[in-house]
Amino acid sequence: MLKIDDVTMQFGGVVAVNGFTAQIDEGQIVGLIGPNGAGKTTVFNVITGVYSPTKGRILYGPDLNEDITGKRSDQITNLGICRTFQNIRLFKELSVMDNVFIGNHLRLKSGLLSSLLRLPHYRKEEAEAYEKASYLLKKVGLYEEREEKAYSLPYGMQRRLEIARALATEPKLLLLDEPAAGMNPQETQDLMEFIVEIKDEFNLTIFLIEHHMDFVMGICEHIYVLDHGMMISQGNPSQVQTDQRVIEAYLGVE
Amino acid sequence: MSLAEFMQHLVNGTSLGSLYALIAIGYTMVYGILRLINFAHGDIFMMGTYLAYYGILFTPIPWYLVFILAPLLTGLLGLVLEKLAYKPMRGSPRITILISAIGASFLLQNFGILVFGGRPKAFPIPGILDTTLTVSGVSVDLISIIIPIITIALLVILNFFIKKTKTGMAMRALAKDFETASLMGININGIISIVFFIGSFLAAVGGIMWGIKYPQLMPTMGVVPGLKCFIAAVIGGIGNITGAVLGGFILGLGEILLIAFLPNLTGYRDAFAFVLLIVILLVRPTGLLGEKTSEKV
Amino acid sequence: MKDKKVLKYLILIIVSLVVLAILNNVLDSYQRRIVNLCAVYIILGLSMNLVNGFTGLFSLGQAGFMAVGAYTVSILTMTRQMKEMNFYMKPMMPFLLNLSSLNISFLPAYVNDFIWFLFALLMGGILAALFGLLVGAPVLKLTDDYLAIATLGFSEIIRIVIINLQTVTNGALGLKGIPVKTHLLWSWSIAILTIVFISLLMKGSYGKAFKAIREDEIAAKSMGINLFKHKVMSFSLGSFFAGVGGGLLAVSIGTIDPTLFKFALTFNILLIVVIGGMGNIWGTVASAIVVTIAMEALRFLDEPMNLGFMKTDALPGLRMVVFSLILMLVIIFKKDNALKANFERIRGRYAKN
Repeated sequence: MLKIDDVTMQFGGVVAVNGFTAQIDEGQIVGLIGPNGAGKTTVFNVITGVYSPTKGRILYGPDLNEDITGKRSDQITNLGICRTFQNIRLFKELSVMDNVFIGNHLRLKSGLLSSLLRLPHYRKEEAEAYEKASYLLKKVGLYEEREEKAYSLPYGMQRRLEIARALATEPKLLLLDEPAAGMNPQETQDLMEFIVEIKDEFNLTIFLIEHHMDFVMGICEHIYVLDHGMMISQGNPSQVQTDQRVIEAYLGVE
Repeated sequence: MSLAEFMQHLVNGTSLGSLYALIAIGYTMVYGILRLINFAHGDIFMMGTYLAYYGILFTPIPWYLVFILAPLLTGLLGLVLEKLAYKPMRGSPRITILISAIGASFLLQNFGILVFGGRPKAFPIPGILDTTLTVSGVSVDLISIIIPIITIALLVILNFFIKKTKTGMAMRALAKDFETASLMGININGIISIVFFIGSFLAAVGGIMWGIKYPQLMPTMGVVPGLKCFIAAVIGGIGNITGAVLGGFILGLGEILLIAFLPNLTGYRDAFAFVLLIVILLVRPTGLLGEKTSEKV
Repeated sequence: MKDKKVLKYLILIIVSLVVLAILNNVLDSYQRRIVNLCAVYIILGLSMNLVNGFTGLFSLGQAGFMAVGAYTVSILTMTRQMKEMNFYMKPMMPFLLNLSSLNISFLPAYVNDFIWFLFALLMGGILAALFGLLVGAPVLKLTDDYLAIATLGFSEIIRIVIINLQTVTNGALGLKGIPVKTHLLWSWSIAILTIVFISLLMKGSYGKAFKAIREDEIAAKSMGINLFKHKVMSFSLGSFFAGVGGGLLAVSIGTIDPTLFKFALTFNILLIVVIGGMGNIWGTVASAIVVTIAMEALRFLDEPMNLGFMKTDALPGLRMVVFSLILMLVIIFKKDNALKANFERIRGRYAKN
């Protein structure tokens, strides 16, 4: 599904990610963990085209035959990779419904003119988009709030709205940047179930960054650990948990 | 073109470039700290020129004192402008502040029309400065020689001030990282006032010399030089004082030499700066000496 | 329910057209001109709001695109004799001089005239849109105030080119004797069309994509929106309406010259958009009407005044001083929301630590 091949990302003299290699197979839930400032979000930014890597390649597709290195974000999303943001980036002044509706815009086939004249095939597409958005909002439990402005939602709801918006782009690979940040244990538990549910329903592959260890250990089949931009460990949850280097990275060396 | 003619254009270009540089410094210093295009800066320049005009014609103060007092008063005006039009907007989106700045610019222009009158006025040039020198066939106005000298002297003083004094250091700290610097106990409001004072002072000095070299005063006289000097600051890399000076000289010399070599383009003289701006923004958006920045995601 | 809404708007439109038709016969020519200008400024305000308010691109190039529209419409509608009278310094390009209005023999003259006028307006808009495309393609990668200055620069370049292209535009002398169309239905029908057009645009998927770009560019492109393509779209559409508005302005006042299209004109439109509210269609409409009428009504400020106890001389400039102050006050008072949000953020940060 996705292969990150020896990617290095340098900002001036700072090496944020250093020779990172990872592979995600279709249908997996893969985790990316590491202490603050380890370069996790940078990996997401490189995958989604926010940054172009200094070195290395990103390959995507069922046979990994699509080189998406350095492509524009919108092109990458069009190919089926969508993300959420660590610091929540909703369209704040727009309604909850519009946020999700906009997620569908890239799938729109009608041109500007037919949208303006509201030609029948545009109206049909628009109706379908609203139907899809309503379905997704019900899915994340925000349908009742559809008329509210996005900024007025409480934090946890904003996170769920971001996921609904990402799903509206019809992704195959979903990147979640700290989806459980700021959630209490019960909410975290619900979120885990929710992620597994949408994964099955929409045939998703999921790559996520998270700090809640219970969350990562409970949901991910495979985990990569980054520290200071370098991969220091990988494996299944129990392997990673017992890896001495991981413990040192988190607790520091005496 | 004879060598003498070329030298003449060179001198003219250098003095125009010096004037642009003086005004551009005000843009670049304000932008460096507040990330704000002080749209009214060109009109501050106009006010400085008019203050000198009235000082010479309507007060008994000798002209050389007027030439010092007018910039000081203009500096105060710049400082007050910041307090009234920009300070209440601090923390608003940049576009909102820019609109306020545009409003301030129109306010000053129309205030000028109201108080000074819309008709052009002739700048009273002190006799001693109103001479033309001829050196081996090249004849130049005395003022064209004086302008670069005064500009360089002011630049040296400014450079010393910014590099060596405590206030200058605080300025650099604010420009580098506004939030951190403000947490370090720097008196932000004081520093911003000083920056506006210095920028407006230099603009007024430029304005007076402008008045002597091109002695026609109009309330809208600041608009085009204002835009051009902002462009000079962008070309050099906005926020960077050396860059502003460099940009000013490139623009001044370029403009004069362009029409000297291609007289057909005389009508397009004012377009030169804008074309240069767009080229620079496309090729090197941060300007010649600017640093690269990117938004955190 | 939806049909009811459409019906409501249709009735509203018909009623306003009837009212305008009546007004057209009741008002004197000066008042008619002002009501006409209201329509023109509605179009211009909406055009700027589309780009600045809805898409969040701070463009200050309005006047340049208006100039393109105004000159196109004027050159297309002026008679040959008028053109010859105007171009006494340098003759006009023969091709443009010979451009003449439509003449289909079996149609009455006023129908010919009407079709040709619509064609001219459309051409004005299309040409302005093409300029928008040309200007937008290089500069729309810039953001915030860089974009503002670059578009302002282009607007000035267009003006300078107009001054220099004497055989096309008559240079600094400008054009006089443009056939004036003051029937209110002409301008207001186009204004209403513009309102409908912008409303439909903003209701649809493209309009919402524009808003998404305004809200957060990074999120918008991560949702698969091609930023550049959509910005160019919005910018060209905005330029189109600026061109149409400019063309209507020319046929409302009958005389144009390059000084009309200075930055001050963009300032007037910015004033309308800011007062009406960025991204607010009906606010723009209302404020276009109020500002246009106020601009005229406050002309007395520039003239000599008798305050009872004293008489003042003429005070040119006072009117614009007042308007500049209004702009600044509106913007300073409106920023309250932003300020509050900032406060919350700072408080949130301290609370967290």
